Amino acid sequence: MNISKAAGIRQKVAFVILGCIALVVVLPIILTIIYIVKNGAGAISWEFITEAPRKGMKEGGIFPAIIGTILLIIGTMLFSLPLGILSAIYLVEYARENFFTRLIKLSVVNLSGIPSIIYGLFGFTMFVLFLRLGTSILSGSLTLAIMSLPVIITASKEALESVPRSFREISFSLGATKWQTVRYCVLPYSLPGILTGTVLSLSRAAGETAPILFTVAAFYLPRLPHSVFDQVMALPYHLYVISTQVPNMPAKLKLATALVLIALVFLMNLVSIVLRAHFRKRKQW
Amino acid sequence: MVANEAIIKTVNLNCYYGSYQAMKDMNIEIYRNEILGIIGPANSGKTTFLRALNRLNRLNVSYSQKGSIFFENQNIENISDSVLRKRIGIIFALPQVLPVSIYDNVAYGPKVHGITGKSKVSQIVESALQSAYLWDEVKDRLDMPALRLSGGQQQRLCIARTLAVEPEIILYDEPCSGLDPISTAKIEDAMQQLKEKYTQILVTNNTKQAARVSERCGFFLMGELIEISDTNALFTYPKDKRTDDYVTGRFG
Repeated sequence: MNISKAAGIRQKVAFVILGCIALVVVLPIILTIIYIVKNGAGAISWEFITEAPRKGMKEGGIFPAIIGTILLIIGTMLFSLPLGILSAIYLVEYARENFFTRLIKLSVVNLSGIPSIIYGLFGFTMFVLFLRLGTSILSGSLTLAIMSLPVIITASKEALESVPRSFREISFSLGATKWQTVRYCVLPYSLPGILTGTVLSLSRAAGETAPILFTVAAFYLPRLPHSVFDQVMALPYHLYVISTQVPNMPAKLKLATALVLIALVFLMNLVSIVLRAHFRKRKQW
Repeated sequence: MVANEAIIKTVNLNCYYGSYQAMKDMNIEIYRNEILGIIGPANSGKTTFLRALNRLNRLNVSYSQKGSIFFENQNIENISDSVLRKRIGIIFALPQVLPVSIYDNVAYGPKVHGITGKSKVSQIVESALQSAYLWDEVKDRLDMPALRLSGGQQQRLCIARTLAVEPEIILYDEPCSGLDPISTAKIEDAMQQLKEKYTQILVTNNTKQAARVSERCGFFLMGELIEISDTNALFTYPKDKRTDDYVTGRFG
């Protein structure tokens, strides 16, 4: 009786402590969002979203930056998605455990720990200068793609590994080839996990400033790009510019820009949640 | 014993997982259209033997093997994985169904072997389900997720799925270990019917099942073939003391 009572109290205490820790994690996010919405939402209008900046960016909108960021996300996805998923398939399904594959896995893990400014410098040296792509959407997308790869590979690897081994055995036992097995018995069931990881890493790429600093981002370019070799404005860099480089910038414009960036990232995450829910209906084991 | 042509023949087959030897100098012949029972306690190499025949053991990276296996006088090393596994099907111990519909489970094999055309595939599915004694129970709900079937039905679905690729040999790896007696009886019935067209090897922990179903029976112990003979003879007059002890339930 006494023991169970003591255990009950201990459990309650544990719940309260754990609840507080969870709150500490969530609180900064909630407060930031409340602050941004409260002070920035007022500046958001149709004009703000659809027009180019005017008068030293103190008036007008952020349309070119929104389009720039969307183009960079699409470009990043085009490069990193196939490369990341195929690498993960190779590592999980085809590669044998040896020194070489251990080296690849180690590199993937370590790449995700590299500061984003290093990726920016690498992209500048590699794509802008060496491959002579110039400061362009192409260079920026490639740089962001390389930065997103480790997360996409790691998430895809985990998703592939979580498919029960028995599915592969069934497929092989019926005479299917390796690729047929991957295509029909592994990929369909790992798609939700792959998508989640991909979207998360893309939404991180969407908010990065350092990698696009030297590779694509324009300080002030009110027109839209004509080709992938053009520069564009991008939301995170624009936010950096108006926060630090433009004197007497109204605070609500900065916060409104931040709000649009956050909304864009949320939208992407929402798409991933919807897709995952859709695919999870098929998961029955 | 009926003198018959050997469809499978192993010569000095030795199997290893890393340094552990799971099978020692296995020499065995399997005849066309027979049901061969294989009995023996856990870790006696029964499953390793089955999975050596269609090279599923090779999925395990630590596995290695010495000796040869002949399938219709051809060394199986000269047959591609895909063709070998199409010709030698296997039913696993626990019903292993894919999380798709009943129809798609059976249609999977034909699909990977390049059979297209809706009417052709649905014909294969129907006849496979009929041969596995499942058609009457599922014909109205082929689109239902296969995982909603009972365990016994799932195992017959696995048999149908194997039949759909038209194998010549069917390996059963303790196919009834998780099933109730009625489901077990249905699977044994199916095996008796399939005898006309297929060679079947039944690995089982249940000596009574081996006695009921098989025509010849082998006793494995610690990776060695202790004795193989007519099922009746093996159970009534075992030559080896260890076989006698096992079938009478004194150990194992």
